[in-house]
Formats: sequence, structure tokens, C-alpha cells
Amino acid sequence: MTVITEVPSPFCGIGTDDLIIRVDGVSLKVIENGCAVNTPAFEQAITDTSPRVDGKEVSLGIAVAKAAALLKDTNQPVIGGCATDVNGMRALLALADRCGAVVDNMNFTGARNNFLAMQDTGWMNTTLAEVKNRCDLLLVVGTDLEAFAPRFFEHYLWNKESMFLDNTGNRQVIYLGKAPSGNASTSPNGQKAKILECATEDLPDVIAVLRALVKDQPIRAASVCGIAVADLQAIATSLKAAKYSVVTWSAGALTYSQAELTVQTLSEMIKDINNQNTRCSGLPLAGKEGDQTANQVCGWTTGYPARTRFSRGYPEYDPYLNDTRFLLDNNEADALVWVQAFNVNAVPPVTNLPTIVIGRSGMTFEKEPDVLIPVGTPGIDHAGHAYRMDNVVAIRLQKLRDSGLPSTAHVMNAIEQALQER
Amino acid sequence: MLIKLTGGAVYDPASGVDGKQQDIYIEDGHIVSKPSGDFQVDKEYDLNGKIVMSGAIDMHTHIGGGKGNIARILLPEDHRQDTVKRTPITRSGCGHAMPSTFVTGYRYAEMGYTAGFEPALLPINARQAHMEMADIPILDKGGYVMLGSDDYLLRLLTAKKDQKAINDYVAWTIQSAKAIGIKVVNPGGINAFKFNQRKLDLDEQNSHYGVTPRDILRVLATAVKEIGISHPLHVHGCNLGVPGNMQTTLDTIQGIGGLPMHLTHIQFHSYGTEGDFKFSSGAAQIAEAVNKNKNITIDVGQILFGQTVTASGDSMRQHANHKHASPNKWVTMDIECDAGCGIVPFKYKDQNFVNALQWAIGLETFLLVDDPWRIFLTTDHPNGAPFTCYPHLIRLLMDRSFRNDVLSTIHPEAQKMTTLASIEREYTLQEIAIMTRTGAAKLIGLKDRGGLSSGNWADITVYTDNADRQLMFEKPDYVFKDGQLVVVDGKVVSTKWGTTHTVKPDFDASVEKDLKDYFDRYLTMKLGNFKISDDEMTEDGRGSLTVHPLRNQS
Repeated sequence: MTVITEVPSPFCGIGTDDLIIRVDGVSLKVIENGCAVNTPAFEQAITDTSPRVDGKEVSLGIAVAKAAALLKDTNQPVIGGCATDVNGMRALLALADRCGAVVDNMNFTGARNNFLAMQDTGWMNTTLAEVKNRCDLLLVVGTDLEAFAPRFFEHYLWNKESMFLDNTGNRQVIYLGKAPSGNASTSPNGQKAKILECATEDLPDVIAVLRALVKDQPIRAASVCGIAVADLQAIATSLKAAKYSVVTWSAGALTYSQAELTVQTLSEMIKDINNQNTRCSGLPLAGKEGDQTANQVCGWTTGYPARTRFSRGYPEYDPYLNDTRFLLDNNEADALVWVQAFNVNAVPPVTNLPTIVIGRSGMTFEKEPDVLIPVGTPGIDHAGHAYRMDNVVAIRLQKLRDSGLPSTAHVMNAIEQALQER
Repeated sequence: MLIKLTGGAVYDPASGVDGKQQDIYIEDGHIVSKPSGDFQVDKEYDLNGKIVMSGAIDMHTHIGGGKGNIARILLPEDHRQDTVKRTPITRSGCGHAMPSTFVTGYRYAEMGYTAGFEPALLPINARQAHMEMADIPILDKGGYVMLGSDDYLLRLLTAKKDQKAINDYVAWTIQSAKAIGIKVVNPGGINAFKFNQRKLDLDEQNSHYGVTPRDILRVLATAVKEIGISHPLHVHGCNLGVPGNMQTTLDTIQGIGGLPMHLTHIQFHSYGTEGDFKFSSGAAQIAEAVNKNKNITIDVGQILFGQTVTASGDSMRQHANHKHASPNKWVTMDIECDAGCGIVPFKYKDQNFVNALQWAIGLETFLLVDDPWRIFLTTDHPNGAPFTCYPHLIRLLMDRSFRNDVLSTIHPEAQKMTTLASIEREYTLQEIAIMTRTGAAKLIGLKDRGGLSSGNWADITVYTDNADRQLMFEKPDYVFKDGQLVVVDGKVVSTKWGTTHTVKPDFDASVEKDLKDYFDRYLTMKLGNFKISDDEMTEDGRGSLTVHPLRNQS
């Protein structure tokens, strides 16, 4: 039995690296600094250790050969999930390039709200250490931040010391849209967050008015979607009075059509504030289950984020047409490879197509896949790298135990190798 | 296997060979002397009539790190103009302004380049830069780690810590980030932007720290010298792109007091304020100062006309430049109390007065600086133009009539504001070899690279002599990387993985005590998780580390 300190987490997206974990054989126990996201993710027990073909236990070699056989004559297989570490994504992309597959990260439909805005007009963003030391006003839009990352406030807002703020407890927090599920946003001084609630699908109207107010445009209406314009005016005034305000949102929480326009309005509003003699930055929330990792590695390998296909021999990005769900529903795919090394609950969509699952040990299926290869989890079973939500910092994941489970990279490389030899 | 390259005209400034016909032998990845006695050549290449140089080295090219990847993600429409299919031996990807990693490696190799150095490795993003560069095939790589706007250094300066404390921190950083040099970008300016300062002159104080860019340059240049890092402090100066910044650049040269200093993409820092448009060339004054001050080296950062994207650590200046974005989209980031970045797409137009004069200013600089050992051929890829424009740039330098033909097509007012037409100089092949090979290896401190004498690694490029220098440099007959034939007739025929060049200067281990405290209090990562381990660079089976000697060790 050993105790490992300073363990970095690939699960919470905010790069927590102060976990203390007790390792007893292959069982893990988070003994300090756990949270509702990290603790169950680390403690998830190993169940399957053996690959299966058609439900029967086989060696890794046989499973790999079967996977290669299923992929051999496909025209457009889909590799979905794409939830793994940097080396896993490298190997996944190499396989996709070889067999002309579509690569689609499972969180992309949410992330698309950010990518479409970014690729159309860009943005001004910041990272967590800047928030920790500079942020004097946090505006949370449409997102239950503490449910997303339970330790966000403790780590980055209510930190005892900051380089540029005398008292971090005096930071102002404002929620717009969704109200928080708990009290993590209440400052150590007891100062509660200001909450202006509206329905999520009303955010486009509310944000449009807020941006107009930031630009000193006259608004005739007294309220918008149940929020008083005077209250929005107060937010606009606070944003302009703050020295380093930060606006945060989770693209996946903006669950309505054309939500990219909301991200764009927020991002343009941030630019407007920076033209009014103060600083303001965006902080898009993400970093769960390898989503940023998938987009980063796909970015440097192809030029595009992780909704890209190789079926014509070169990468082609389409944020709508390369959606796994869309391809399956429209019979445009001829095999499904599902890669998910982090989350046993994120199982592949059910399909009649040949299905290969490279998954975290412990998954259960409504329909047994043709090939199942249980793999280790980056940061638990093997070392690796994963990107944090702010996209700049790649954290170095540690190996905590000897489970004998192969890495995603090992399995994907083996399948590619087997395809090459066929 | 013994390979013989027979009868080529060799341009090897490292050993003073200037176009002499001689044979080269390669064994086990290295250039070897002609074996004595009887020996068997396993493979011979007849290079009669060919030109032989060592593999080219790009000493300043943005090929790895977060801002480059933001630039990629930002520009899907640019990639769609230049799709790259996979082949049995190469991976697919995208090209043009900011190519994918694999395509970067192939296209550099196909122009005869065998190494590239990322000049802006943010300490906190160094891991990403190395991971990206690990996916660049064929090339060797390395990076200069960025300091100067990090709060830790500014706190040391405000606390009046001595030079030894600075040196320890600099040496610790270069080791932690696995770098080979130190870079400073808009010294203190990226930090000042976070405090809402929108410009920072050489002697202007950071509003929080009271530190000036001049102070920062002085302590960092001193640290680099005292630690013994071969590559001089690599400086992206204040006021990039600002008309009149020529004076800032001249003051920066004076202010460094004779310490070794490399001024990068100096074209963007050589502007006067004369003429109807209040924008003029300062190249002559800058070149004069460079010629006079032997401690100064420069690379040009030539612009060439067309679409590209600018990706810089200089968030302050990039924010100011966003109004020139074309297409109109741009990104800036403040990063981790460490640095920042700004990505702004640019379309340089020959009929735009400012762009046309920028083009002329770069060429004037190339042609007015006398010593090819102290000037390097760059476009600051992708900022002035994509690296794939190098053969065209070489032709502009080597062929006066071609240069003047192009000059006659640019904005007429820009033609009036440049002396370019009257400059007769044409670069020689040997000068090109110095600027793109031997000089670069010497400047960076690469042992066993950039030369063709025995003992060097066999990075070798073979060209067919052609009066059209663009055609010649676009399509080498052969490129060898570590003795392996990787390119034939300008196309990749095999691939391999290059090494990562680093230095490992010593530091007082007690430096980690204060750093650990700082990390725990203010940063978002434990100190132990911040440092890049050797394993991380090599565990995928592709990467390797090469540690070069310090100046006083060689």
C-alpha cells in the first residue's frame, strides 16, 4: 500500500494536482482533496481486464486482429468518443489517416459553439492563474460552475493570497442565466453572488442587451426575458469599472440552436470592454474527458479541431456533417470505433454497424460490441498528458498502479500495424 | 554502410571551403574522412555539376506551441486551399500559412532544411511545444524559452535580487522547459498589458513593478552570458510595428552595453516616420548600427506578399494590430502569470504602401548588413510569410535584376521611399550557406551540425546549379538527414525522427525553495508537475535529447 501525493487529475478540467491517493493493489482511494467529479473517477474499480470478441474473452492479439479485419474494407468508419490522452490521440489520428475514418470528439457538439465563434471573429481569453491573481469580477453565463468543477472557487477565486488583489474575498461574482446549485460562490467574507436568472434559451436576448449597454447604446425596454434592464446596466457598469473582469461560460451548457451566436456576442462584448480603457477576458470552460486534448492534437496533426474526416485521403473539417450521431443516423458510416479511456458511463451509441470499443475497464453495454478492448486510464494506469480547460496547460499525468491494462496508444498503434500488414 | 558523394562543388563555410569539388563520405549517420587502405563503398552518388551544402537550419520559426495551434484552428479556410494527401510513406495534413506538424517536417525537408528552432517557448506551454515538435518528422528542433513578462522575474527585479538569483532562475527555467536559448518578447510589455498598459517604451515603467524593458534586457542578457548559454539573448524588442521604432531599436543596441544580443525579425523594428505617409525605412541606420556593434546579431523577418497569419507572444502589440486583421478575426490570450499571445491573420499586399515598404525594408536590411555571420534568413514564419517562401527570398537576395523587376511592380510611393534599386549587392552561394547553415549552427551553439567536415552529423543537401535560384533552392536533388536519404528531387522518399537540441546549465538547487513557495501560493500547478522530465521527451520512442556544451565547456 502506498500513498501518492500531488496527483494531477484529467477529469475535472481545472487541472487540480493536489490529490492525495492511497493505492492498494489496483484499488484507489482519494484520501485528500477529492471532489464529486474526481473522487468517483479515480476510485472506479477495474472489472474487465480481458478483451472480448463477440462476447468471448480473447487475447489482445486476437482482438486487435479482429478489429483490423472489421476495419479493413470500410470506406468511412467513424472513430467516436476520442476521450484519451495525447499519445492516445496521436495513435488514433494515425489509424484514422490510414483507414480514411471520421474523427469526432464526443463533446464536440457543445464545443462547436465555441469553435464557430472563434473561427468567425476570434476572442480575447485568459487562463486560470490569471484568474487566481487578477480577476476582480467574475461573470458566469448560463452555467452552474460549481457543478461543472466543484473546486473552482476554492482554487481560483477564494485562494488566500493573490499577487494583485489585497483581499480575494472582495471579488465580485455575478451569475447570469442559470443559478448556482450550491454556495461555493459565496466569498469567505459571506458576500453572496449576485444572481440574475433567466431561461437558458433566453440568453441570446439577454446577452445582446448586455452588450448594447456595454457599448452605451440606448435600450427602450425596461426588462428583457424577466431581467430588469437596470440590473443589466449595473453589470455593464461593473464590467467597465473592474480592472480585470473575467467572463466564463460552458459551451455545452448553452443547449439551444445557434448558441455560437451567444458565444460570439459575449466574445465581442469582451473586445468592446478592452476598447474602453480597461481589461476583460473570456474563460471558456471545458477540459473534460480529453476534449481539449482531442482538439489540440487533431489541431496540430490536421489543422482542424476533432470533427474531421480522412475519407478522401486528406483531412476535411465539418462541424455538422462529421457528427457521429448524424453519420450513423444517415447511414454514412460503415463501422464504429469508440474510444473512451476516462468514463465507463460514456458508452457508444447503439448501432447495427460493426462496433469496436476501446474503453475504460468497467463499461457495460446494452448491445455487446463486436470487439471490446479494455484499456487503462491515463493518469491512473499509465503516464500521459492531458489539456486543462484553458487550453494552454498540458498536465503531466502519472501512473499510479500496475494494472496491466494497455494504453489507448498501444492498442490503436497495434490495430494500425495490423491493418498495414494485411 | 559507407556512402560516397562524389565530385560535388562543396560550399562549407565551417571549413572555409567555397565551391571546391570534393568527395564526402558518410557512415553511421556521420560524415567521415576517406577511409584509409582498401575499402568498399556501399552506395555512391555522382554529384558532378551539383552543389553541396549542409542541411539548412531555420533559427527562428514558429513551429511548435499553443499560439501556432490557435492559428491553425483559426484558419480552416486557409487549409482548404492547400490540402495534403497521405501517401504510403507520409501522413496527410494541411499546408499554406500554418501547416500541420507532419507537413511542416516534409516541406522543410523538401527545401533542404534539416532543423528548425521555435523561438517562443512559454515555460508553462513548453510541454505542448515539445509535443507538437515531436510530431514534426525529419527535422531536428529546439526552442528558446520566453522570460521577461513572467511575474516571478519581475518580482525578483522589484525585490532587487542580485544577478546570481536571476542566473539561477534563468538556468532553472531553461532546464525545466528543455530549451537551448532564452527569448524575451516586448520586455515586460506582455505583463504591462495585463495591467492595461497599451504601450511600453524602452525606458517606460511597468505600472505595477516599476521595472523598465531596459532593466529586463540588461539582467537577462547578463544571465545568458554568465551562465554560458551559447545563443545570445534572443530579443523581440519593444514597439513592434510602430512607425518610428527604429529609434527604440538603436537605443536597445546602445543600452545592452556590449553584451551579446540577437535582435529578431528586425524588419518589424526598423521604421522611421518620414514622408507623406509618416512611415519610412530605417534599414540604413539599423544596418549601420549592426555593422558597428559586433555583439549584435539579427534575423530579418522578411515579409512577402500574400495571405499569412501572425502569431506572437506579444499580446500588447498584437492587440493594437488587430485592426489590420485580414480576414477580420483575431485572438489574444493572457497566460498563467507567465506570458501571453496574439494571433492576427494578415494579408500583405504589394499595392499597399506600408506593406510594400516593409518588403523593401527587409531586403535593404539583408543587403546593407556586411557580415553574413551576423544576419540570418527568416520570415519569422508564419508572421512575415510562410517558410515555404524561402527559395523566392533567396532569389531576391542573389539576383539583382529579378529583385528590381519585382520592385518596379510594388506601390509607386513605396518605390520612391526605398534605396533598394540602387543597391548592387547580390548574395553569393557561400554567403547563403553561412546565413542559412553554418552561421545559424554557430549562433545557436550546435555542436556537430552546420558543417561538412568529418565528425559532423550527415545533414546534407545537394542542389543542381541553376541561374534561377528560386527553382534551385525549391527542389534539392538529395537531402540526407543523419546520413539517411530523406528527399530525392524535392520529394520526401523516407522519414525519420530528429533530435531535440538543448543545453543544461547548472543552478543552485536552493532556487527551488522560493520557487516552490511561489508556485504553491500563486500558480495553478505544483512545481514538481511543472518541470518537464527527460522521459516525457523520449517515452513515445521517437524523441531524443541532445545536450550541447555551454560556451565555457566547448
